[in-house]
Amino acid sequence: MPTSPAPTDGHPVSSPHAPAGAFAEEIGRSVLTVKGLTTELRVEGGPIQAVKDVSFDLRAGETLGIVGESGCGKSMTALSIMGLLPRPIGKIVTGSIMLEDVGDLAQLPEARMKAVRGDDVSMIFQEPMTSLNPVFTVGFQICEAIQTHRPVGRTAARAKAVEMLDLVGIPLPELRFDSYPHQLSGGMRQRVMIAMALACEPKIMLADEPTTALDVTIQAQILNLMNRLKRETGTSILLITHDLGVIAKMAQRVLVMYAGVVVEEAPVRSLFGQPLHPYTVGLLKSMPSANRRSGPRQRLHTIQGVVPSLNALPRGCRYSDRCPDVHDRCRQAEPPLAAPDDAGDTATARKVRCWLHCKT
Amino acid sequence: MPPLLEVRGLRCHFPVGGDFLGRAPQSVKAVDGVDVSIFKGEALGLVGESGCGKTTMGRNVVRLDEPTEGEILFEGTNIANLREHELRRFRREIQIIFQNPMSSLNPRMTVGNMLMEPLRLHRIGDRAACQRRVQELLDLVGLKSEHRDRYPHEFSGGQRQRIGIARALALNPKLVVCDEPVSALDVSIQSQIINLLMDLQDELGLSYLFISHDLSIVEHMCDRVAVMYLGRIVEIAPTEDLYRRRLHPYTNALLSAVPVPDPTIESEEIILEGGVPSPIDPPPGCHFSTRCPFVTEACSAQTPELVERHPGHWVRCIRIDEIT
Repeated sequence: MPTSPAPTDGHPVSSPHAPAGAFAEEIGRSVLTVKGLTTELRVEGGPIQAVKDVSFDLRAGETLGIVGESGCGKSMTALSIMGLLPRPIGKIVTGSIMLEDVGDLAQLPEARMKAVRGDDVSMIFQEPMTSLNPVFTVGFQICEAIQTHRPVGRTAARAKAVEMLDLVGIPLPELRFDSYPHQLSGGMRQRVMIAMALACEPKIMLADEPTTALDVTIQAQILNLMNRLKRETGTSILLITHDLGVIAKMAQRVLVMYAGVVVEEAPVRSLFGQPLHPYTVGLLKSMPSANRRSGPRQRLHTIQGVVPSLNALPRGCRYSDRCPDVHDRCRQAEPPLAAPDDAGDTATARKVRCWLHCKT
Repeated sequence: MPPLLEVRGLRCHFPVGGDFLGRAPQSVKAVDGVDVSIFKGEALGLVGESGCGKTTMGRNVVRLDEPTEGEILFEGTNIANLREHELRRFRREIQIIFQNPMSSLNPRMTVGNMLMEPLRLHRIGDRAACQRRVQELLDLVGLKSEHRDRYPHEFSGGQRQRIGIARALALNPKLVVCDEPVSALDVSIQSQIINLLMDLQDELGLSYLFISHDLSIVEHMCDRVAVMYLGRIVEIAPTEDLYRRRLHPYTNALLSAVPVPDPTIESEEIILEGGVPSPIDPPPGCHFSTRCPFVTEACSAQTPELVERHPGHWVRCIRIDEIT
């Protein structure tokens, strides 16, 4: 079992029975610190900022959720961290991505980054079929990941790969080692991806919509697996999803992104219990399950309009053209991401980018 | 009142493999004996995981896939075996909205032409009348008249789905099969389209066969819900009834697996082992027997029938009396 020692800063990473929110308020050691990250995509019609001034910490043993709609920059944030931006159009313009014991990933030369990727940080994607190589067995691909980063022989790599397949709950791992991706179901393929991602015991794992392509019963299996592995290995997870249900189940803290910027950051219970940014409020209200109390077949709450295109953003606040609470100041200047001045004792753990909550 | 649509013993098997003479040794049993009715003005939800046959069932009703066996009675006429020219007048009455509007709209046709085409094919009215109808349709789904001369790629996902809806409504159908109509859309756009579908249903008295894997949307929109597993309906009931007292072990597992967007709720989920078996070779007897926590030997010995446990609440499980 790859039981990398739990962080030794005196804080329990998580106990199997602790409620999700219990250690959310606890201040853990920061494993990954992103500061002022701005990522540009040079597309037709000039460069657009897909990620603008994004800052956050990922703490030891936590799951940090990033939620937002398509085009909000959540995947680009992950690709910036991984150094996997589309070439040659994608580029980190400013900002730093400090990974514990490694340094600033934004400044790392590609050769160094290759060594970090898959070892200290790893990533799983939405569609495991497109991220696994169809012409090699899954065992070969896991061994490749191990041998790239560890000076081990074939036998040892194979043993480790089988161990990983077993760990992620694949039955008959010895046999499945020789399977090709197409011989596995979607859920099994995602398990293989997770086995590969965790084979070198990374500090952090980035999961970009890891269960979006899966059925709900399989999604439940994979989410439980991710939670179990996080407990057992102490790996921190950056979970990117559009599904607020998945966020509620998995994350301890949440970033809400809209049109390239973080609009709200909060512990998960505060976010769902008392959302501050009008966009977060609108998102939560427009889910059908949020309308359960008003009864079936009632009209759902909607957010009017559509997400603005990144090369035609409204002046001031990026949400101003859709916001029900918009006022003059919103259209003049973009609000900062700052601690809210009206959230009482939860305010210290929260940030919001809205003039309504940051009057000064 | 007789149902608008009644499906009896519907099977749809697709041959796989096959030798050079086209003789297929095996078949995918996508739909394997489905009986269901939809009444006028009703929205029937059809839920289940991928590969359970819900989309095939929907495509059978619209006759995009040919059923292998069984009857599809639309207002009393069996349309399951009608040939294309006989089918024509029923094509007007039953329409379909697809999941991905980008792949179901012709990229080289303007919205106006796309909406005009069904009117022309079915010879409805003269040119001026068609133009008026196109305008009417655009208004109905919340698009503007200037959108008429634009191409699909100029629209956002939500607007494209509006075009797909307008096209389905062009001929004033009575029944619309909605196949995952909002699955490809973002949350904030999803609610706009759901509201539109509900408004249209009230306004035009439509009936929906609403196919979705999103159980909270089905709960919100539908009057009754049918749960499918490996080609068969395992439970069907009025919506509130189904969500409040789910009877079939599969329904129970399916509903409990949906992550609740509320971090204060400790959900008691039932984690099913393994995946859905292959529809080429489904387990004998009850199709769910390989994953069911309550399985006994008898379960694989006989195929359970749908039985009515409460008024309107049907379930397919031989152990239902013992386990509920």
